[in-house]
Amino acid sequence: MKMRLLSRKATCNTHGQDSSYFLGWQEYEKNPYDEVLNPKGIIQMGLAENQLSFDFLESWLAKNPDVAAFKRDGKSIFPELALFQDYHGLPAFKKALVDFMAEIRGNKVTFDPNHIVLTAGATSANETLMFCLAEPGEAFLLPTPYYPGFDRDLKWRPGVEIVPIQCTSSNNFQITEAALQQAYQEAEKRNLRVKGVLVTNPSNPLGTTMSRNELNLLIDFISDKDMHLISDEIYSGTVFSSPGFVSVMEILNENNSLKDQVWDRVHVVYSLSKDLGLPGFRVGAIYSNNDTVIDAARKMSSFGVVSSQTQYLLSAMLSDKKFTRNYITQNQKRLKRRQRMLISGLQKAGISCLESNAGLFCWVDMRHLLQSNTFEAEMELWKKIVYDVRLNISPGSSCHCTEPGWFRVCFANMSEQTLELAMKRLKAFVVELTANGCSQSRTEFSSWNSKRKSLPKWVFRLSSRDREQEEP
Amino acid sequence: MGLGSKSQLLSKIATNDKHGENSPYFDGWKAYDKDPFHPTKNPQGIIQMGLAENQLCFDLVEEWIRNNPKASICTPEGVNQFRDVAIFQDYHGLPEFRNAVARFMSKIRGGRVTFDPDRILMSGGATGANELIMFCLADPGDAFLVPTPYYPAFNRDLSWRTGIQIIPFHTDSSNNFKITREALEAAYNKAQQENINVKGLIITNPSNPLGCTVDTETLKSLVSFINEKSIHLVCDEIYSATVFSSPSFVSVSEVIQEMECNRDLIHIVYSLSKDMGFPGFRVGIVYSYNDGVVSCGRKMSSFGLVSSQTQHLLAAMLSDEKFMGKYLAESSRRLGKRFNIFTEGVEKVGITCLPSNAGLFCWMNLRSLLKEKTFEGEMQLWRVIINDVKLNVSPGSSFHCVEPGWFRVCFANMDEETVEIALKRIREFVGKETEKPVKVKRWQRNLRLSFSSRRFDETVMSPHGIMSPHSPIPHSPLVKAT
Repeated sequence: MKMRLLSRKATCNTHGQDSSYFLGWQEYEKNPYDEVLNPKGIIQMGLAENQLSFDFLESWLAKNPDVAAFKRDGKSIFPELALFQDYHGLPAFKKALVDFMAEIRGNKVTFDPNHIVLTAGATSANETLMFCLAEPGEAFLLPTPYYPGFDRDLKWRPGVEIVPIQCTSSNNFQITEAALQQAYQEAEKRNLRVKGVLVTNPSNPLGTTMSRNELNLLIDFISDKDMHLISDEIYSGTVFSSPGFVSVMEILNENNSLKDQVWDRVHVVYSLSKDLGLPGFRVGAIYSNNDTVIDAARKMSSFGVVSSQTQYLLSAMLSDKKFTRNYITQNQKRLKRRQRMLISGLQKAGISCLESNAGLFCWVDMRHLLQSNTFEAEMELWKKIVYDVRLNISPGSSCHCTEPGWFRVCFANMSEQTLELAMKRLKAFVVELTANGCSQSRTEFSSWNSKRKSLPKWVFRLSSRDREQEEP
Repeated sequence: MGLGSKSQLLSKIATNDKHGENSPYFDGWKAYDKDPFHPTKNPQGIIQMGLAENQLCFDLVEEWIRNNPKASICTPEGVNQFRDVAIFQDYHGLPEFRNAVARFMSKIRGGRVTFDPDRILMSGGATGANELIMFCLADPGDAFLVPTPYYPAFNRDLSWRTGIQIIPFHTDSSNNFKITREALEAAYNKAQQENINVKGLIITNPSNPLGCTVDTETLKSLVSFINEKSIHLVCDEIYSATVFSSPSFVSVSEVIQEMECNRDLIHIVYSLSKDMGFPGFRVGIVYSYNDGVVSCGRKMSSFGLVSSQTQHLLAAMLSDEKFMGKYLAESSRRLGKRFNIFTEGVEKVGITCLPSNAGLFCWMNLRSLLKEKTFEGEMQLWRVIINDVKLNVSPGSSFHCVEPGWFRVCFANMDEETVEIALKRIREFVGKETEKPVKVKRWQRNLRLSFSSRRFDETVMSPHGIMSPHSPIPHSPLVKAT
């Protein structure tokens, strides 16, 4: 018997990278928009990055030169930092981080730094929790639509199955009791043992915060079924309008009897990738009141400890409470303004979106532009938007949405001018589409093809290799 | 279908012991943590000699950082790069970082081999790298052969979450702990008979805990073995730049240039934790000649990418060819000097170490001091060394050594004054134990004890340092068991 050379994990598709979600990025990489060098290129609107508030961080750095020089009180602490690999994390950083998390929650919740585990991004936090809470082959319930990366983070190495909690536009995609029960029964039918529920609050891709109602529903559900609840709150600092953000921890604090039952089964995931716009720094965290989970997760964090250099920089920055308070407020203002821009631009194109109050994207309703109410039609529309309109947006099917026609469109990873241009292009497209129907778009596609040949070669050299992006 | 009993609340992985941190060997750490040596504040405390850290060349790095403010994204000179670096999360890594690492690895190997930056994968330290390569090469239940003595945390890194079995095969002092083809074949054949699916062999070169480089002949023999059996060879080369005397380091990457080999079977693990003394920066590297591994491993590196801030700093530092050349030479020289001071110091009282040429430690032979030539005897001696001699050293049994009486003793994680104190304590102890006057060895190099300025940085001396002076959180023993 010839032995398989690599592991099954190495040769399967569970990393999820062949999904359309990532293919859009590949197209973007081949023809990326640049205001000067490639004004007809594809505008990236599939990347949930927060690029709006770097100036605050940069000006803080200018005022705090010691940090940059690895100094504290004028003395070099480089050796200490270079040697610090303790997976307990830098105490000053953990303190600053939990204070920051509390600040975001209006100080209605406080967190104990001893109950936080640092991980290499939320990607690692979610995977680590799976390793801690479930055996391979067990399942977690996730409300749809959900972040496509969860397929990789939960299923690939931990081998955990995802069973969707189907949410629909009939009630703005909120989680219902019925949907929860249905998902649970679906798992039973498939002989899957459900270990918990994982929700993202605020939601990616919806951009909405979870209502108290939904949170209470979830807590009742996990209490009844003896399972875990993971609340991925990485967008908690991006809430820019009402209703405000309510963390699951707040609900627990309010209800003592419930708290006793489930306190050791509710876990929060956090990260600085969205709120602070620092995905490159790989700063994630798991927060739990369950000592055993924290203990196990901490040991596992050996495989993805946060760089001490980065912990040090951020401990200084986040301990500056004046700075963090101002940052949180200003960042939210800018996000709100940017969201309004997108919404108004979409409206001009006759397109509406789900009412949202958070996140770096809108959940856009293009059902009326579909040829038919099918996912094939959604793919057709998506291809036109990518190739003809030259906007990379994310089709709802890649987020496992049950209804065709929804798209996630990001607004915080580009300049205002670029966003305006994107909206202009979209409007032009919709006008033509609705006026002329299919045939027009086919002409546009072939005319793009001929235009493509006229692009300078460097545009293609730019990304002659795979440069798949990481976290959307 | 509820969770039922408390024990089912978490996974088996979360509640078993396979992380290895409950081993009795961590008594040494705990003892040290309770009573850590400090030159002025606690001069009778336990000296940490169980920590394979390289603290000898920070002055060079600090000077470089002072002279290269652009390497930081926080300085006025470098802040214009801040946003680009801060948003960069591409798991390919910063191109300049990959290029710099590839060139650095080549430089360490005297330019005798070049590395393709596109085959470089990032991971969370060598810890992450070893786990990652296992996930790529083997399924749960498969096995990897490992020669003893080996780094204790391999149990965690290679098998905890991966479900892979470690099959140790032995080396001993009869031939200076060299790996023999016989031992390897025997272990392989035994596994085959027991229907265990052996996927590969992993070695550390230079070796931890032996401190020896693997010779070319042995390497060739290993390559031909794995080729024959069509199993993988993973070479953990994280100590490659700690070689301080001959023979020089020979990497598997060089050996395969000179022999027929299926390169799809060859993988290297690297890190900057030992060579550069940067364990806190979590820079782990997997280099594979197998395209499938590179492709899959790259996606898996999502779970342990190197901070882009750190990539940026190190890209600048490692590509400074002049500086790196100077660094490598000086680091080697200082390690060699430290090694000589230490080994000659213990030789004065009749203690020998395995002849070695690399690493941050020596493999000390204390068999003559055992009350009984058993592992119980070794543990007994070890407790005496910790509690009475006040040195935290690592007993050979923690490395799965088959011969009792060997201890790994680290020497590069302290300043010269502390080395002298440690040597004094050893001399006194041996003097008492052997009840003989301390003999001076027949030949004795001129030990020029340079009393460098008393830079008793708390930062260098104690891992607690200024960061967590009275932290109630127990420091992870495994973090230091490197």
